[in-house]
Amino acid sequence: MDNWKDNKSVFWTLAGPGTFWMLVFFILPLGFLFVMSFSDKAVINGEISITEYDYLTGISNYVRSVDPLYLTIIWKSIWVSALATILCLVTAYPIAFGICFASERWKPLLLLLVVLPFWINLLIRTYALIAVFRSQGYVNLALGAVGLGPYDMLYNNFAVIFGLVYVYMPFMVLPLYATIERLDKSFLEASLDLGASQFTTFLKVTVPLTMPGIITGVILVFIPCLGSFLTPDLLGGANAVMIGNVIERQFKAANDWPFGAALSFMLMYATFAALMLRAFFAKRSAGVDV
Amino acid sequence: MTDPIVSIRGVSKKFPGGVIAVDNVNIDIAQNEFFALLGPSGCGKTTLLRMISGLETPTEGQIIIGGQDMALTPPNKRPTNMVFQSYAVFPHMTVEDNVAYGLRVTGVPEDETKRRTADALEMVKLSHLAKRKPDQMSGGQRQRVALARALVKRPKVLLLDEPLSALDAKLRDDMRMELTRLQETVGITFIIVTHDQDEALSMASRIAVIDKGAVQQIATPSELYEQPATRFVADFIGKVNLLDAKVLSKSGNSISCDAKGLGKLSFDTDKACGDNVAIAVRPEKLKISKTEPKTAGLIKVMGSVRDVAYYGDTSHVVVSIKGGPDLQVNVQNDSRTGGSGVERGQAIWVSWMPDDSLVLTE
Repeated sequence: MDNWKDNKSVFWTLAGPGTFWMLVFFILPLGFLFVMSFSDKAVINGEISITEYDYLTGISNYVRSVDPLYLTIIWKSIWVSALATILCLVTAYPIAFGICFASERWKPLLLLLVVLPFWINLLIRTYALIAVFRSQGYVNLALGAVGLGPYDMLYNNFAVIFGLVYVYMPFMVLPLYATIERLDKSFLEASLDLGASQFTTFLKVTVPLTMPGIITGVILVFIPCLGSFLTPDLLGGANAVMIGNVIERQFKAANDWPFGAALSFMLMYATFAALMLRAFFAKRSAGVDV
Repeated sequence: MTDPIVSIRGVSKKFPGGVIAVDNVNIDIAQNEFFALLGPSGCGKTTLLRMISGLETPTEGQIIIGGQDMALTPPNKRPTNMVFQSYAVFPHMTVEDNVAYGLRVTGVPEDETKRRTADALEMVKLSHLAKRKPDQMSGGQRQRVALARALVKRPKVLLLDEPLSALDAKLRDDMRMELTRLQETVGITFIIVTHDQDEALSMASRIAVIDKGAVQQIATPSELYEQPATRFVADFIGKVNLLDAKVLSKSGNSISCDAKGLGKLSFDTDKACGDNVAIAVRPEKLKISKTEPKTAGLIKVMGSVRDVAYYGDTSHVVVSIKGGPDLQVNVQNDSRTGGSGVERGQAIWVSWMPDDSLVLTE
C-alpha cells in the first residue's frame, strides 16, 4: 500500500475535515480577535458606538491592559493558579502512584473514579461545593456539632483554590499515571538494592524519571486555571476575582470587545511562555515521555 | 562446607492465587563460589534470586547471608547487589553518577566515592565513557555500567539475573570470559541466574538445576553432565538418548532390565529403583560401525541411518532402531575426506560401553 501521505486523495479525505474545522472555528475567530485587540470602538456623531468598530487603530488596548489594576489581577491569577497547580500535584502524585501499584483488578475501577467527575456538569459540581462550604453547609454543620465555627469558607481565595484543585485534579492524575505506569520498576528496585532508602529513591529516581508527566500535568492544570472564570465567579465572588472574570466582563457586561481581546491575548502570551518552558524541560529530560 | 556465605534453608514462595514459584529450596553457597541457578523459564530461579536480594519475601524458610538471618533486613541494608536483566541503568544520570549512586546515597565521603567510582570504571574498562549518558551506549556497555555500579559497593554477594541474555552471540562469549575474570579478580561470591546451560556449564563452579520451583540437583558442571540425578537434569543439560526400560530383576548392585528395541541388558547401579527406569547415554559416547563390533561386554544394536547432520567438527547421526527409540550418535569428523562415512538408509551397528550409560530412576 502507498504511504497515505503520498496518496493525495486519501490524504485530503483524512486531513480535510479536521483542517476545515480548525481553520473555520479556531484560526479565523482567533485572527478576528487578534485584529480586534488592535481596534477601538467607533465614535459616530460624538457618541461611542455599541456595534461599530474602527479597526487596527493601535495598541491602546494593550497599554490599558498593563495598568496596575489589571496587572495586579493577572499577577494574582498567576499565583492562585500556581498554588492550585502545586496542590493538585502534591495530591495527585500519591493517587497516581497508588493506582499504578494497585492490583490489575482494581486499576480500571480506580481510574474510573478519577474521571467520574467529568460525567457531571461543571456548574452542578461547583454548586455542590457551595453546598459543602457555605455558612450552613455540611462542613460547618459538622464542625458545629463538635463546638467549632462557623467559619467563612466561601467567597475567598481558599474557596477558589479548593474549587480549582477539585475541578482540575484528573488532568494531573492521568498524565502522572501514564508516566509512572510506563516507568520500568526495576529502576526503583535497583535504587533500593544499591542502598538508597525509599525516600531517597523517590527523590533521586522516581521524580526525575517521571518529570515529563509532572510537567505535562502542571501545564494541563495551570493553563485552564489561569483562564478559569466559572469557579472564581461562583466560589470567589467579588473578593477573589481572576483575570478570566475580567475578560468575561469586558465581552459581556462592559461590551468592550477590543479590550477583552487584548486581555485574552495577554493571557495567551503567558500560556505560550509556560509551553516554551515545557519544551525546554522536555528536551533536557531523559525520562519517560507522555 | 565450612561457613557458607549464603544459606538458603527450606525457602518457599507462594504467590497470591496459589502459584508456588519456589518450593522448599535448600542451598548452601560457599565464599568465592561462582554459583549458577539453572532452569527453564518460569521455574522460579529469578524469584529465588530476588528473595536473596530482599526484593521478594519468602513465604517460608530462612535466608542467611554472612551468618545473619536476613528475614527483617530490607534490600537496601543487605550485603548483596544485583545486576538486573534489563540492567536498570538510570537514564537520567551519567555513567559516572550511576556508578557513584550507591556510594552517595549511603553517605560515603565524596573523595572516596570519586576514587572507588574511577576504580570500578577502570575494572570494567569504561573510564573513557564516564561522562556519557546511558542512551548513548550499546547494550554491552550499559551492562558493564550495571556491573560496575554493583561491584563498587563491595557486596559480599553479587547477584546476576540473566546477565547475557540481551547480548548478541559474539558479545556474549566475550562477556562470559569477562565475568569469570572479574569474579576471580574481585573475589566476591557470584550467583547467576540463567536458562542457558552452556552459560552455566562454562562459567559456574557449581550449578543448581531448578524445575517447577524445586531443586533437581546441585553439582559441579561435569558431575551434572556425567552423573545427572534425574531424567529432567539429563535431558536439560546437553543432548541425551533416553531409553525406557522395564526392570526384570535386581540383585545386589546390579539390575537386569528390558529396554525397548534393545532386549535384555544389565547395569550396575547403587540406586534403589522401581519397576521402570530410564537408561541415559550421551550421543558422543555412542559408536557406529558397519560391521558388528566384537569387543566383549559392549551393548550393541543394529539400526538404519535416518538422518545425518554435518556440523563441521562433528556429524550428528540419527539411527532408527526397530521397535525402539531413535538414537543420536555424535561422530568426530577426524579425517578431512570421510565425514561421518555413513549415508541415509544405510544399515549400521550402534554400540557403547555399559559404564558410559546411566540408570535414572526418577
